[in-house]
Amino acid sequence: MIKDVTAVPFKSGDWNTTMNVYDFVVKNIRPYQGDASFLSGISAKTNRLWDVVKKELLKERAKGGVLAIDTETISNMTAFAPGYIKKEDEVIVGLQTDQLLKRAMKPFGGIKLVESAVKEKGLTVSERVIDIFNYAKNHNEGVFNAYDSEIRAFRSKHVLTGLPDNYARGRIIGDFRRLALYGADQLIKFKKADLNKVGGEMTEHKVRLREEINSQISALKDMITMAAAYGCDVSRPAENAREAVQWVYFAYLAAVKEQDGAAMSLGNVSSFLDIFIERDLKAGLITEEEAQEIIDQFVMKLRLVRHLRPGSYDEIFGGDPTWVTEAIGGTLHDGRTKVTKTSFRFLQTLYNLGSSPEPNLTVLWADGLPEGFKRFCAQVSIDTSSIQYENDDLMRGTRGSDDYGIACCVSYQEIGKSIQHFGARANLPKALLIALNGGKEEIDGVEVIKNIPALPEGPLEYNQVMGVFKQTLTELARVYAKAMFIIHYMHDKYYYERAQMALVDTDPRIDIAYGAAGISIIADSLSAIKYAKVTPIRDERGLTVDYKIEGEYPKYGNDDDRVDNIAKEITHFFITELRKHNTYKGSKPTLSLLTITSNVMYGSNTGATPDGRKKGEPFAPGANPMHGRDCSGAIASLNSVCKLDYRDAQDGISNTFSMIPKSLGDTREEQVNNLVTTMNGYFNKMAHHLNVNVLNRETLMDAYEHPENYPQLTIRVSGYAVNFVRLSRAHQLEVITRTFHESM
Amino acid sequence: MLYFPLQDLEAAALNLDDPEHLRIHSLETFGTHDGPGVRMVVFVQGCQFRCVYCQNPDTLDVHGGMLIGIDELVKRADRQRSYFGKDGGVTVSGGEPLLQRNKLTTFFKALHAIGINTCLDSNGRLNDAATHELLEHTDLLLLDVKHINDEWHHKLTGLTNKNTLDLAAHRESTGKRMWLRYVLVPGWTDQPEFLEEWAKHFTRYKTVDRVEIIPFHQLGSHKWDLLKMNYPLKGLEGPTLEGKKAAVHTFNKYFNNVVLK
Repeated sequence: MIKDVTAVPFKSGDWNTTMNVYDFVVKNIRPYQGDASFLSGISAKTNRLWDVVKKELLKERAKGGVLAIDTETISNMTAFAPGYIKKEDEVIVGLQTDQLLKRAMKPFGGIKLVESAVKEKGLTVSERVIDIFNYAKNHNEGVFNAYDSEIRAFRSKHVLTGLPDNYARGRIIGDFRRLALYGADQLIKFKKADLNKVGGEMTEHKVRLREEINSQISALKDMITMAAAYGCDVSRPAENAREAVQWVYFAYLAAVKEQDGAAMSLGNVSSFLDIFIERDLKAGLITEEEAQEIIDQFVMKLRLVRHLRPGSYDEIFGGDPTWVTEAIGGTLHDGRTKVTKTSFRFLQTLYNLGSSPEPNLTVLWADGLPEGFKRFCAQVSIDTSSIQYENDDLMRGTRGSDDYGIACCVSYQEIGKSIQHFGARANLPKALLIALNGGKEEIDGVEVIKNIPALPEGPLEYNQVMGVFKQTLTELARVYAKAMFIIHYMHDKYYYERAQMALVDTDPRIDIAYGAAGISIIADSLSAIKYAKVTPIRDERGLTVDYKIEGEYPKYGNDDDRVDNIAKEITHFFITELRKHNTYKGSKPTLSLLTITSNVMYGSNTGATPDGRKKGEPFAPGANPMHGRDCSGAIASLNSVCKLDYRDAQDGISNTFSMIPKSLGDTREEQVNNLVTTMNGYFNKMAHHLNVNVLNRETLMDAYEHPENYPQLTIRVSGYAVNFVRLSRAHQLEVITRTFHESM
Repeated sequence: MLYFPLQDLEAAALNLDDPEHLRIHSLETFGTHDGPGVRMVVFVQGCQFRCVYCQNPDTLDVHGGMLIGIDELVKRADRQRSYFGKDGGVTVSGGEPLLQRNKLTTFFKALHAIGINTCLDSNGRLNDAATHELLEHTDLLLLDVKHINDEWHHKLTGLTNKNTLDLAAHRESTGKRMWLRYVLVPGWTDQPEFLEEWAKHFTRYKTVDRVEIIPFHQLGSHKWDLLKMNYPLKGLEGPTLEGKKAAVHTFNKYFNNVVLK
């Protein structure tokens, strides 16, 4: 057997002379049509490492979710000495700090939030760091310098929530493959060439660009230094499979050492790495077990990414997620599948290391995906409830690229060519209540929107309500757009993502990803007003406190066009309004129907709604129907969500689907087949996203009572997965009450 | 209250009156237990058998349930066809579908016209020309043969098994596919000699692709209480693991594809 990689050269092309990872992938990818039978189990080294990690993870949970915090150091690529789990067993090295699971301070998003997170754990930020911020400004401060009273009112009244104005915005995906394919030296050359092109008469744009490119170059130099501390030379390209994985990981590690954005995705690295792995296998340099070992250890490292978060953050993003989202599968424009053996190897980590919420494994489902892969995905879903699915045919067709990853939970992002600015979300039911209260917020009675006419006494009249609601949404869109402009301007200014941006084309296209929560409540509320008789009950201040609903009305989640079309109409209206406003750097508005776990928080801050939902009750997650109202069976429920138009919500339409195992069929074979068929059916109807949970409710109840028995129990929530036992009690109960689809 | 009296005259009316509508009990959009693949399952209303172990006594009364247009059902099936894949489709179960065989022929023809697979879950009690016509439009018959011994079949259902066995023979003669179903009830249907006899009766059938053993359970018990009917098997335990294994073992001697549900 040959033992030399040069005997198996890569196919050359445009990628040899210009920055073009895509060209490398297209020329060299080896699609795999087979089944999962080639996969290896866990290696002895990985097993020993994982044992160490599991013990530390238990300690972390026992200590309230945080094992240790470094309160002296401002984290960046080179701030910490190298950290190891058990050096002699690590084939992939690198930790965010010098100690496993120790969290670091990244205060440029907002020093206040860092201070409170540290204080909650009974520690204090060092005086030196505090003092630095007596001189240096951070993102949070910049934003609040520019906010106006309108934005502040919308924010404090929970109309706009989760805005990245006091923490890092995240969502920007570097093309981490670039470091492996080109090495940092070549990347610096490309960036220098870009810099030299920005000349002539200066504009604000050009000045900013010149500064950005130089920050990126400094980041690439720091990557070299960071990797050198681990004995690796990333100034040159990776020369074998282990190095390719290691280089990609270093590039990602650079990003998570510098930034603690809410969601920091990995991109779509698996089939790129497969090219190196297959070459090494062919050259006889590694065995299948070693190939799996490299991937297992890479994924183990990704599971250990930690950020420092305060308790308040947990309300919005429950379960301490990091969204190391990796998109697996999909299709090339030329019709070939992007499924490779390494797509399987990534999923196999859920067996070798047990189920886990991170990395957030996202399968890009296409009608033409190889059958063997579809079946393996379904099997892994049934066994672990750890993966989510997105419609590759839909995204590729609508958005245009066949080389994209998933930013945050569910949203398409072309890798290396475009980025996205995270826009948190607007509370639509709150907006409806403001509309029904003449512009006043329904709980405190403070006027937040002017010139909304008061509605006449008596039952609500649909056209009147629709009129004032749309007027409210128009105002909401205007204020929302202002807030996002300010936030992203300041984030670039005070907390620029130099590590990720060093791995993205200079001056990329940008999406501004707005979001909306509570679409199912809106649909049901407006349907109730239209088809039943809804009379507001008002208190002495004239504010609605409840609604008297007489008669039946169609509910979202039952494949009934009468109500499903209302959800469509409002989504279309809202994005149309958002598109009318200025955006920072000319970014293009998109919208998500997604809540993360904030559906619980939104609910607790929102009064009773005309659909019969009581004050404080949680919203349904994402675009899901409200709990228990989708009573026409699983498929009717899926069909309602399918109708939402992806063109109106290109940042994603999240649907979380929970089934008991038995409901999928009698035998395991049938369960796998039926899940594949269901997903084919759902995605053929142009649906965008599906979280798949295959669990018994009793398992969750038992885990609620005895968390110690379920350290790795994973469940998909809205666009991501969590360790069930790391959710707050309120979130756990909310998950347990969700609709589980069972058979008669 | 005891059983509804057997409703022969009403049953005839059920088949003939209101040809555009089916009398149904309920719909399941994500059926995975009644035929292959993912299926829309229509549970029709009304049955002539009075099985002591009936899990759905609320489907017995031919006057119960609700009427739904056949057009409407076809429309619904069409909206779900994307999920059916290559194996799935529509199953009509019950109650006893053959009580509405003429209407079901209309329904199945309409489904076939738009390329949807049809499956019928029946006790095989009615065996006339109209039934035969329906079976022509039935891609897969799920035939419940509740006992091989006629005396026991009477005790179990109130009626003879002769019609059911004849219908099985008819299906075999047409060469069209079927699955046989057998509910395993301790003390009622688990006698080793009768299991053996049942299996021998069908072992040479070429149209039987699968045999399903459905262990008796108490999940339907509350429905009897709700209907204020006296549940003959109240408190009876489902078959033990050994009991199930024994039945599977026996059937495995005679059939290639035995599934314990």
